[in-house]
Amino acid sequence: MTSRNLNFKHRVAVVGAGLTLFRSRLQETPQELAWLAARQALDEAGLTLKDIDCVVIGSAPDTFDGVHMKGEYLAEGAGGIHKPTVRVFVGGATGVFVPIAAWWHVASGLCKRVLAVAEEKMSHAAKPHPQYVFRYIWDPIVEKPLNPNLIWIFAMEMHRYMYKCNVKKEDIALVSVKNKRNACGHPSAQLCMPNITVDDVLKSEVLVWPVQLYDISPTSDGAAAVVLASEEEARRITDTPVWIKGIGWTLDTTHWTNRDLAFPEYVRRAAEMAYRMAGIDNPRKQIDVAEPYDPFDYKELHHMEGLGLARKCEAPVLTREGVTQRDGDLPINPSGGLLGVGNPIAAAGLMKVAEIFWQLRGEAGARQVKKPVYTGLAQAWGDLMQAGTVIVMGI
Amino acid sequence: MRVGIAGVGWFGFQPEVVDYSFREMMFKAAQRAYEDAGGLDPRKDVDAFVSCQEDFWEGIAISDEFAPDPVGGAMKSVYTVAGDGLQCVGQAYMMIKSGLFDVVVVESHAKPSDIITLNDVMLFATDPISIRPLDIGNAHALAALEARAYMHKYGVTEEHLEAVVEKAHRAGAKNPRAVYASPGRSRSSSPVVADPLRDADIAKFVDAAVVVVLASDRVIRDYTDAPVWVDGAWWSTEISSLELHDWSFPVHAREAADGAYAQAKITDPAKEVGFAEVDNRYSFKELQHVEALRLAPVGAAKDLMADGAFCPGGRLPVNLSGGALAEGVPFEVHGLARLSYAVAVMRGDIKAQVDRREVAVIHSWRGVPTTTSVVVVLRT
Repeated sequence: MTSRNLNFKHRVAVVGAGLTLFRSRLQETPQELAWLAARQALDEAGLTLKDIDCVVIGSAPDTFDGVHMKGEYLAEGAGGIHKPTVRVFVGGATGVFVPIAAWWHVASGLCKRVLAVAEEKMSHAAKPHPQYVFRYIWDPIVEKPLNPNLIWIFAMEMHRYMYKCNVKKEDIALVSVKNKRNACGHPSAQLCMPNITVDDVLKSEVLVWPVQLYDISPTSDGAAAVVLASEEEARRITDTPVWIKGIGWTLDTTHWTNRDLAFPEYVRRAAEMAYRMAGIDNPRKQIDVAEPYDPFDYKELHHMEGLGLARKCEAPVLTREGVTQRDGDLPINPSGGLLGVGNPIAAAGLMKVAEIFWQLRGEAGARQVKKPVYTGLAQAWGDLMQAGTVIVMGI
Repeated sequence: MRVGIAGVGWFGFQPEVVDYSFREMMFKAAQRAYEDAGGLDPRKDVDAFVSCQEDFWEGIAISDEFAPDPVGGAMKSVYTVAGDGLQCVGQAYMMIKSGLFDVVVVESHAKPSDIITLNDVMLFATDPISIRPLDIGNAHALAALEARAYMHKYGVTEEHLEAVVEKAHRAGAKNPRAVYASPGRSRSSSPVVADPLRDADIAKFVDAAVVVVLASDRVIRDYTDAPVWVDGAWWSTEISSLELHDWSFPVHAREAADGAYAQAKITDPAKEVGFAEVDNRYSFKELQHVEALRLAPVGAAKDLMADGAFCPGGRLPVNLSGGALAEGVPFEVHGLARLSYAVAVMRGDIKAQVDRREVAVIHSWRGVPTTTSVVVVLRT
């Protein structure tokens, strides 16, 4: 890698965020969902569409919404008409990648105010279940003929992590319990379960052992949006901008069968890139609150370790000790995460960025973590257990 | 901070590449681009990779999974833009200008020959509520409606379209990768597909891959002695609702061009631009895009075309390569095909009939039913 100049001309801030309800079936069209989130983010920033120079859209497979060239289709709903509009895509990791791409729109000096919108409508997808879309994500020659199911490979990953780190299902279930309880403070949440217990998780339907129903996030419809601005604009818009301090992302090889399933090396490298930019050398101490990607309960643990928020195999211990609770020393997924708020793929990742924005501004209401927070992190994961996207924000 | 092109590589441009998978095509194009960039090592020298592709073209959901390995990007910063390759150049331009990246690789590939139901795939891009239920039999009919609106408003006749087709095939005959170039092809004797468009007005699809290496002015001399600078890159989306867009004029191309010219400090494009490579996947689109890019007054391109102004050796040659009519449309590679040809002309690798090769403007559009254009200004 060539040397990198970290003295940017333009600092970039988040100045507003918006979120629709996350539900298994919403009546609005994808365009309408995108606009609901976009308008809320604009309202929060006190801006209108006229103030927006550029638009960045994020959405996962076109097959969910059932529209080819989904970015073109979503442009109108995302406020992107008669503007430079682009759709970026890194599978499930897209949600956190949208503000990363929006960052360079502003940092390049070419756009001053950027609207970043993520949308997903899974209820449109293949019947009987959106899961069927994942039949077409495999190598068309080597893997597709086997007709694998996405949960199978994550069951393998979960199993491997449990074996390598000697973790019990009970320990992993604690993540699901925490996040589904946390979600009760979130107005968009799909799966608020205030009284859920470890026992409920362990007794839920087995999907692909060891993955059970409550180990996994639901399928959802929803949209999220944030507004980014240059330093000069941000100071004009708000007294409390939240700065983007670091961005990072990595894509591992397509050949997932050769991966170390117990540790997400690609997340570690993505985090390293973001930390270098943000000047963070001890994430466990310097990150106050984090929203790692939790489509499965074991993934929160996996990602905490990849992000350096816990040592290898230490995340289950921190979870058991209550460190990751909202009132703990390192609150993890205070929003309720994907397990609680829901998982409209790209929108879920951007929901995490919005949560860190609200937490750092002290505007998270019932979800506000107890300790004072200055630096937060959001992360998403996607493709064939392959992509890691990380954003570090601070006040 | 100036951004330049350090290397380009292409592979394919055949109606059907049978011996290579799309991943092997990406690899070959990348290998050639890296060789062109002074033997650049993608594992060491590249900060990020951008792939321009669309799931439905690939027949793979989450097709970005397949982006990293063939270009040498595994375990590095790779992402996908669901857009034309020129939009990836625009993203790379921004990334480098931000200061965080010095070398960014842009890739796009296409294998339309793999698709059995191409027309159905194209119609899947229409609005599922307002347009798709109309069950349009042929996606080219949408372009025909635009052609009719444009021709009616500006007095363009089928003879003018004939001139565009003839020029494309003549120019393409000198372009070794223009597999569809056929000088002397008669438009008037080709069958009508959707009136007023005849078969000869519509570009065929082609399999191809193109890779471009972009670098900051800080490091570009490490890779090339003859950088071609990207001095402007901008794009615009007009509107998603087909029924509401301007059928007679590509407003998106005008907006993209104005943005790119402003960055490149070009105030009179018709005088300052030496040559242009624009989208001509339908013959009338070349006239529209020439006007949208301010290379001719609106409504005047047809007469200037007839006078030979845009021919090779003319006042402002447009599509010296023959464009998509001669080379074919390799889906999202199309913008990179235009760009890579222009870079070769500007560097003198291709001996083209053009007097001024210092400034070129490149344009791409994504075909019906999209309303997004990207415009890039190149300087030597």
